[in-house]
Amino acid sequence: MAQQTLRQKLEILADAAKYDASCASSGTAKKNSLGGKGVGSTEGMGICHAYAPDGRCISLLKILLTNHCIFDCHYCINRKSSNVARARFTPQEVVDLTLNFYRRNYIEGLFLSSGIVKSANHTMEQLVEVARILREEHDFRGYIHLKTIPEADAEIIHQAGLYADRVSINVELPTTAGLTRLAPDKNAGQIEGAMGRTKARIIEAKDERKRFRHAPRFAPAGQSTQMIVGADDANDAAIIGKASRLYDSFGLRRVYYSAFSPIPDASAVLPLKRPPLLREHRLYQSDWLMRFYGFAPQEVADAAESDGNLPLDIDPKLAWALKFRESFPVDVNRAAKEQLLRVPGLGTKAVARILSVRRHRTLRLEDVALLTTSIAKVRPFICALDWRPTLLTDRADLRGLIAPKSEQLELF
Amino acid sequence: MTAMQNVSIGAHYAIHLPAPDDFAFWRERARGLIQCDVPPDRVAWIEPGATGDLFGSEGPSRSGDKRLPAPSADASPVRASQRFITIARSAALHSDPARFGLLYRVLWRLQRQPRLMEDKADPDVRRLEDLAKSVRRDAHKMHAFVRFREVAEEDGTPHFVAWFEPDHHIVRTEASFFMRRFANMRWSILTPRGSVHWDGETMREGPPARREDAPGDDPVEDLWRSYYASIFNPARLKVGAMLSEMPKKYWKNLPEAELIPQLIAGAQAREATMVAAGARAERARPASLAEIAQSITACRDCPIADCGTRAVMGEGAPSVPLMIVGEQPGDQEDLTARPFVGPAGQLLDTYLERAGIDRSSAYVTNAVKHFKFTWKGKHRLHQSPTAKEIDTCRWWLEAERQIVQPRIVLALGASAARGLLGRTLSITRERGKAIMLDDRTELWVTAHPSYLLRLDGEAREQQAVLFAADLAALRERLAELAG
Repeated sequence: MAQQTLRQKLEILADAAKYDASCASSGTAKKNSLGGKGVGSTEGMGICHAYAPDGRCISLLKILLTNHCIFDCHYCINRKSSNVARARFTPQEVVDLTLNFYRRNYIEGLFLSSGIVKSANHTMEQLVEVARILREEHDFRGYIHLKTIPEADAEIIHQAGLYADRVSINVELPTTAGLTRLAPDKNAGQIEGAMGRTKARIIEAKDERKRFRHAPRFAPAGQSTQMIVGADDANDAAIIGKASRLYDSFGLRRVYYSAFSPIPDASAVLPLKRPPLLREHRLYQSDWLMRFYGFAPQEVADAAESDGNLPLDIDPKLAWALKFRESFPVDVNRAAKEQLLRVPGLGTKAVARILSVRRHRTLRLEDVALLTTSIAKVRPFICALDWRPTLLTDRADLRGLIAPKSEQLELF
Repeated sequence: MTAMQNVSIGAHYAIHLPAPDDFAFWRERARGLIQCDVPPDRVAWIEPGATGDLFGSEGPSRSGDKRLPAPSADASPVRASQRFITIARSAALHSDPARFGLLYRVLWRLQRQPRLMEDKADPDVRRLEDLAKSVRRDAHKMHAFVRFREVAEEDGTPHFVAWFEPDHHIVRTEASFFMRRFANMRWSILTPRGSVHWDGETMREGPPARREDAPGDDPVEDLWRSYYASIFNPARLKVGAMLSEMPKKYWKNLPEAELIPQLIAGAQAREATMVAAGARAERARPASLAEIAQSITACRDCPIADCGTRAVMGEGAPSVPLMIVGEQPGDQEDLTARPFVGPAGQLLDTYLERAGIDRSSAYVTNAVKHFKFTWKGKHRLHQSPTAKEIDTCRWWLEAERQIVQPRIVLALGASAARGLLGRTLSITRERGKAIMLDDRTELWVTAHPSYLLRLDGEAREQQAVLFAADLAALRERLAELAG
């Protein structure tokens, strides 16, 4: 076969990396290139340098080192038995691409993952080598996210954390049964073991930095993981439960949900139909409810319908409110923050504004309207000085009144 | 003497700002005016380039600055909340000409209502917050959408030049972001509102620039466009989400944006192809072997079925303890429509008999139901099925296994093992022992008899011994289970 050009390799290896959902470049230690030799800065807030028509942001150069793989996971386009074009970058090629893109302000940094070649250790060493060249030889101070391979030795994973801002290990599927069936070479225990060790290292490194100012940082942006939704039959309640256990046990920054999407040369074990993209969106919303709105995992699960899945036509917070109407209406002038956060249509910012404004005036409905995006959605669930939703809250057809009407149509 | 004595009652003041983003100047003047108790409706703030002032001849015009009242020494200091200062710094950079008047009005009100900024339902506060928000957004978009192009300086050092069109007066303030990020690069950002240049040590400001002043191309942009097109997942099109974060007004200065229309147009076609390539009619699992036998003749899930051969169904009674699975029918099997009747089948029969296993008490079938071959002269030459073809046909094999419900499945060769397990394994490593399938059925693997046929001499003898040993072990296990 003719030698592949850099551009051909980039096309293959970026294409192979697009099923990873994460692109965050935020929440790491602040650094800049002043006084250094190279380029790069991270200032806390992530920057999305472009958006693709799939609505996802492009913040990092997200590529695989290689898409050759000795594993045979059915949902993965790069599985051993898949008939896709294969390519392989050298570490130096990845370094050059990253720096060329970074200097032109196309990206915030690098998100590097890889298919497994030869052995888990060999692959992990190659990933770490890319990060090492960037950090040590080019004094690169941008963002690096390394995907770590749970089967690799702890020592190599530790090296990865020393160079990277964030490390991640994918749990892949919400249930162990799903993992055994669809990813026969992977082992749930091994994945969680590696996540546990990474958590311990992160805590250790933070602790050391409290005592020694120059102690090395270890993955200052923490660790994250990804779960594929819709490839097995786990319902939303199961997924939410799994996510909340992951947050609790491993101190994860984020759990990403990736709606299983049809891949070229798909394995026959997989469902062909994609789950609605909206399902992924509803899962992210429920994730937010747990992390920022004080919902317990069980409460989110309670909002699900009888099959354990969240309704697709309305968001989970509204679904919860419609199910537990006894908690409403909430008085915007008196209710505690926790209660206000439960009102559908009130976000964290709107709640903060209400709390701030009500020190100065007793809120009328029109005041609330100024502080929120849609008063129509909020109205049935609140009381204000001049407003009580006496009849609305009890109406049986409330859902029909406030659920969004439009249905997403396919292009004709 | 009070401040009021310095102010002529009813006078209007026009303040000319030296630059549209000069917050420090505004702050200085505003402080003085507040101390002199000049109400907001008596002050006009005029940016450079703005035409005349609103009060025309009525008040002191262009020379008005000089005649500003001086606050008295004992005037009380002007106070503002931290929140106001943060918001004001951003809002002052907005392109709205009314911004400085608004800032002054809020500062004026803050002297009487110190906690005014907390009242977010107040129209002035809301407007101020909105201005600050759009400036912050503009700054954020500048961090994101500036695209440098590399040119070589005369001395050979690379110089990175960008053309950007901000909505507000943010260039000077945001230059520091690029300085921190690209401290060791020589770069320039050119905009219609002024330009900034960094040479690795000092920052220089320049006059407004035109698009033509920036370089027109950079070879790396081709790579970037390739990346942009490849990272896009056509199976999930969300144009609205993209537009809300990357509005069309920015597209003209983004090298990758020219691809967007064609990516969107191609997306649904690409997804449809992907789904069609793997398409399988939704169907219920057959309930009997007869039903399977009938259905597989119509199966066109993989290309093998289109070779003009017939589907070969397994043979044997349901509810036997042993199921034997081969790879695929061969030439003879295709002609007779029966599994394992060709040379390999005969060899298998011999070994089974020697091991004491009765073929008639086993269900015999193949992982793939059609014969895959290429023509070589007049002969049809066997070709191995691909992993995908095996996986596709697995649906039928699983259906058979569910009906037959054997205690043990014997897989002959790696293809058969894949059909049962869903992954490829090494026969050498796994032979001679049981592998548990999901439903606790035991899977035993051994070589395919045609493998023995392809070997000669010593190698064949060795493999024959191993094959016989595998079958012997299997017979013992069968006896154990029966007993």
